[in-house]
Amino acid sequence: MERYFQEDIECASPERIREIQNEKLVEQVKHVWENVPYYRKKMEEKGVTPDDIKSVDDLHKLPFLSKYDLRDAYPYGLLGTPLKDCVRIHSTSGTTGKRVVAFYTQGDLDLWSECCARAITAAGGSDEDVIQVSYGYGLFTGGLGLHDGAHKVGALTVPASSGNTERQIMFIRDLEATIICCTPSYAAYLAESMKEMGLTPDDIPLKAGIFGAEAWSEEMRKDIQKTLGIKAFDIYGLTELSGPGVAFECSAQNGMHINEDHFIAEIIDPDTEEVLPEGSQGELVFTAVDKKAFPMVRYRTRDICRLTREKCSCGRTFIRMAKPMGRTDDMLIIRGVNVFPSQIETVLLENGYQANYQIIVDRVNNTDTLDVHVEMTPEMFTDDINEINKRQADLVKGLLSMLGIKAKVTLVAPKSITRSEGKAVRVIDNRKI
Amino acid sequence: MSVKQISIFLENKAGRLDEMTAVLSANNVNMRAVSLAETDGFGIVRIIVDDPYAATTVLKDAGYINKLTSVVIVEVPNSPGGLNRVLKVFTEAQINLEYIYALSAGKKPENAYMIFRVSDHKAAEAALSHAGIKVLTQEDIAEL
Repeated sequence: MERYFQEDIECASPERIREIQNEKLVEQVKHVWENVPYYRKKMEEKGVTPDDIKSVDDLHKLPFLSKYDLRDAYPYGLLGTPLKDCVRIHSTSGTTGKRVVAFYTQGDLDLWSECCARAITAAGGSDEDVIQVSYGYGLFTGGLGLHDGAHKVGALTVPASSGNTERQIMFIRDLEATIICCTPSYAAYLAESMKEMGLTPDDIPLKAGIFGAEAWSEEMRKDIQKTLGIKAFDIYGLTELSGPGVAFECSAQNGMHINEDHFIAEIIDPDTEEVLPEGSQGELVFTAVDKKAFPMVRYRTRDICRLTREKCSCGRTFIRMAKPMGRTDDMLIIRGVNVFPSQIETVLLENGYQANYQIIVDRVNNTDTLDVHVEMTPEMFTDDINEINKRQADLVKGLLSMLGIKAKVTLVAPKSITRSEGKAVRVIDNRKI
Repeated sequence: MSVKQISIFLENKAGRLDEMTAVLSANNVNMRAVSLAETDGFGIVRIIVDDPYAATTVLKDAGYINKLTSVVIVEVPNSPGGLNRVLKVFTEAQINLEYIYALSAGKKPENAYMIFRVSDHKAAEAALSHAGIKVLTQEDIAEL
């Protein structure tokens, strides 16, 4: 039996959702026009006024916002309400440039926690559950976002934050945590640590995990589900749009439902900025229709994915987004070919290795080189050197067919690749261009 | 009757063998034989010790990936033709050798000890015992 946090909204007819979006969009555009001079100027430059926006059909007339706008307007330029109405900020790690600082009114926090509560409920969570939140608490949206969501469903919340793996495992076992929320790479790390402690999935009471903030592959999902003995759910979000919970997975585990009463999604061609028809692959663009303190209109996420309105077995009618292949920022261009770390991860897991890898890109004699460092595992090690060489050659072949370019594979000692307890460092680009 | 050899994965980088043997040394593990097979990127170190189970625990705790493999260790006269006689037995029995290496000398200087990784373990032991060549047990290793 599928459970919903707000069935009337989550399973509403597309027409009803459209009505809500139309109404909120008109109001949101008025709000930014009146309160965000930075965006008003962009609208004026495009010759658009709030009178031109009568429904979602007019969305394409509005200018985009990108991370460059966020950088230019840092820190207060995109603020939509007086600071005295704001009650919290969150910030990105700043790994892809300038930090983003996002502001929240109490109302913004309420709707964000509602989004997270829907995600938790879709993963099977309720007030009967013990939810361990092992995302970092603090400026990062992961920790407090899921924390507030867990409160909203009435679960017993364990604010473990990230790190101290042994204590995490102790809490999971002693408090009988049933749901864990963390990054997928940390979930894999936890599984590895539990195995080292001699624990099997049967020793762990967890039944589900909600994992996000990083791109992860279907193979990694299978791996985590098996090693932790849980069902692993994906959750999507960006600090710019509040945080995790913009979209979430249901029991079908086949794409993430976008919380359409709060966010309108579009797919555009990242080069021409043209809106693409449903089902096309392109850059995901979001308009947050009721966030007031940091009102993002047509924000370019740089995430590449597809949308589908095909009926979902869970009964929700919200449009679904496929797992992003990666952020345009994560995408590497190697010898003119687009390479996403998630593709490399897929090949590794298919070949029996774990997702403990690092991609090292360099340029030698004007040619790009791709070196994939993979940690040896007890399962893949044998006394037969020819067998190891053969497995290594299979990996090179697998990467060639996935990426279309030849990679070098280097087998490295276990645990020699730095494990982050937050986001994994997957790429080292030594090219000086 | 077989003896367990420990095979250890090492990155092919300066200092790795030093670090690994330091772990054994710190835990008072004496290597009776050692051999190294290497490629561009990695190597496999193969060692014979008195107590392989204790040694693998020490290595695992220090984070080294290792596996136990069965090998045949024989006693041969430490004189010309000593090894050749054993190899002839293997040839006649159609047993392939994957690799061989030697054990450091024991208490008896008249004998040498050779380690063989063979294609068919049982057949190798049968052929050797038929030819009257002494095959060592794990207990024999500790006594050498």
